Amino acid sequence: MSNSQKTMLLVGATSDIGRAVALAYAQTGWRVLLAARDSEAAARNADDLAARTGTRPAIFALDVTAPDTFAAFAAALPVLPDTIVCVAGLLGDQRRAEAEPDHAAMILRTNFEGPALLLDLFAQHFATRGSGAIVGVSSVAGDRGRASNYFYGSAKAGFSAYLSGLRNRLAAAKVRVVTIKPGFVRTRMTKGMKLPNLLTAEPQEVGLAIYRAAEVAQSDVVYVRPIWRLVMTIICAIPERIFKRLRL
Amino acid sequence: MRLTGWGRYPRHETTVLEPDDLSDAAQLHRAGTGLVARGNGRAYGDAAIGLTRTLLTRRLDRMISFDPSTGRLEVEAGVLLVDILAFAVPRGFFPPVVPGTKFVSVGGMIAADVHGKNHHIDGGFGRHVETLDLALPDGSRVTCSAHENSELFTATIGGMGLTGTILSAAFRLRRIATSFVQQRTIVAADLDAAMAALDASLDATYSVAWIDCLAQGARLGRALVYRGEHACADALPQGRPAFRSARKSHMAVPFDMPSFMLNRLSVTAFNEIYFRRGAAKAGRDFFVAIDPYFFPLDGIADWNRIYGARGFVQHQCVIPKAASRAAFGEILERISRLGTPSFLAVLKLLGPGDGLMSFPLEGYTLALDFPVSAATLRLLDEIDAIVVAAGGRLYLAKDARQAPATFECGYAQALPQFRALRRAIGAPGKIESRLSRRLGF
Repeated sequence: MSNSQKTMLLVGATSDIGRAVALAYAQTGWRVLLAARDSEAAARNADDLAARTGTRPAIFALDVTAPDTFAAFAAALPVLPDTIVCVAGLLGDQRRAEAEPDHAAMILRTNFEGPALLLDLFAQHFATRGSGAIVGVSSVAGDRGRASNYFYGSAKAGFSAYLSGLRNRLAAAKVRVVTIKPGFVRTRMTKGMKLPNLLTAEPQEVGLAIYRAAEVAQSDVVYVRPIWRLVMTIICAIPERIFKRLRL
Repeated sequence: MRLTGWGRYPRHETTVLEPDDLSDAAQLHRAGTGLVARGNGRAYGDAAIGLTRTLLTRRLDRMISFDPSTGRLEVEAGVLLVDILAFAVPRGFFPPVVPGTKFVSVGGMIAADVHGKNHHIDGGFGRHVETLDLALPDGSRVTCSAHENSELFTATIGGMGLTGTILSAAFRLRRIATSFVQQRTIVAADLDAAMAALDASLDATYSVAWIDCLAQGARLGRALVYRGEHACADALPQGRPAFRSARKSHMAVPFDMPSFMLNRLSVTAFNEIYFRRGAAKAGRDFFVAIDPYFFPLDGIADWNRIYGARGFVQHQCVIPKAASRAAFGEILERISRLGTPSFLAVLKLLGPGDGLMSFPLEGYTLALDFPVSAATLRLLDEIDAIVVAAGGRLYLAKDARQAPATFECGYAQALPQFRALRRAIGAPGKIESRLSRRLGF
């Protein structure tokens, strides 16, 4: 292993997008560290990566809804990573969230509070070092709140705003901050939903897009399928007095 | 949800299940009936459509371990061949057997005991499976190999998913020195010459013949016979890298082509050009990359649409060696007389089968495909009668329409044991595909 090998920390390693991100980085020679709550599922993905790339990534236990554990988690890592990619998220069940505040709170914490606080911890270290990339996987659902998923959407909106602010803050410190908005992706999260092909990406496509955005193109805000930028521009342009009556 | 096989005929309503991991997949067997597993949906007919429930293995797509010192690879059943090739070829490994498409799952390759151009030497894919994990009809999981639960193991290889769902499997990859195949073409003027050339090519690792099935009279069965070997590094032309990464498919069939585009005239013209181009290259070796050599049609995405919206049927039979010359002569004569164009006609000499219900037997196999129409379905019934009379049988992974009697005759030797085993594990009713119901497994 050469000294120049770069390290990527993946937060949310058991998601389908996370798995694709890990593979995209590992295949280009990066050392990959996996952080996940479910270590058994993470091990299944680590074995898969080991078979495909010849190197087994290390696994670190992490619950993004437990911010008090973040400092110890970061201290236990073998190195300060060059890039951190956060794909942790929970779609949840909107109807259940309307009836059960605990479920609503879990959606808000998993998609916004946890990722923001965790990334901010690494942002301090990256700023001190004067290098690094921070990638947050947000969502087009955060571009405008809708009845069908507004707890998830509002948490992602918060996360997008957080990433935007962090990018602004760190621009001078040579730390890049990338916001990824995947649109529909065929994953466990969307299993059983009817998704339009044109608007729906495969996890592998998102994994490669994230690698490219963070390490090659050095982008700021990326819609994995460019058509989503157009779709969301139109949705955001609808006047509220009309929008509130729509079922989207 | 309505599902079809790769041939897009027939269509059936089924409930789709999509488990996230191996234990979820096994659990789904406990309650309910009429279930069969489906990998990547490349069986042509109705083999991977559950009678009531179809279990998709596409989320069971993790590789479990790979040992480069021995080449042993263990994977979950939903892993696709294309993913194995992507990591293995650049590292100098190749699967022991590959079928004509890389878009198949490992579970599907075992269930159909797929064969490749090396069947006469290496057998089917099933021969190389060292161990497999199977979810039984009651939801329990068993490990099977030649030494452990061996009867179940042999029945699962080529068993079309009807002994339960294959969850994972281990097999050995072979070493390759380059990502090229050294190929030589032999021109065969007629069917006798084609069969003789295949017979004389038993020493070649890979051998297969493309047949011009519209040639008539003295040229009936004229063919190009291809022999191939994995190229060694020093045989390659200078300056060519030993391993070239696979290129992505750029061609695609964007819509259902009108079925009149494939007619006697267009296929005759195509065959003439194809035959002449192949014949011009005969006699000297040339190097073909792995993808175009093994998976020529994978270069055209959604190629099943060239047959139009009604779909198409594949017909692949095998006939014992002694009876095959006469039978194939008659089959080719009927096809050329009727003028029903088969875009693809492939002849190959197979070795003995490995699984209880495996398709291969020592003899010649002929694969054809036809657009669906009343006339072709009639023609295929006639061909089936010739096959049965000659002691042959049809490949279940490609079948969408054979009569139960054809199936009973073709698999007469294995069926009693297979049925008894299905009863012993409680499979009847619980593990059923449209194919098993149609043919009366």
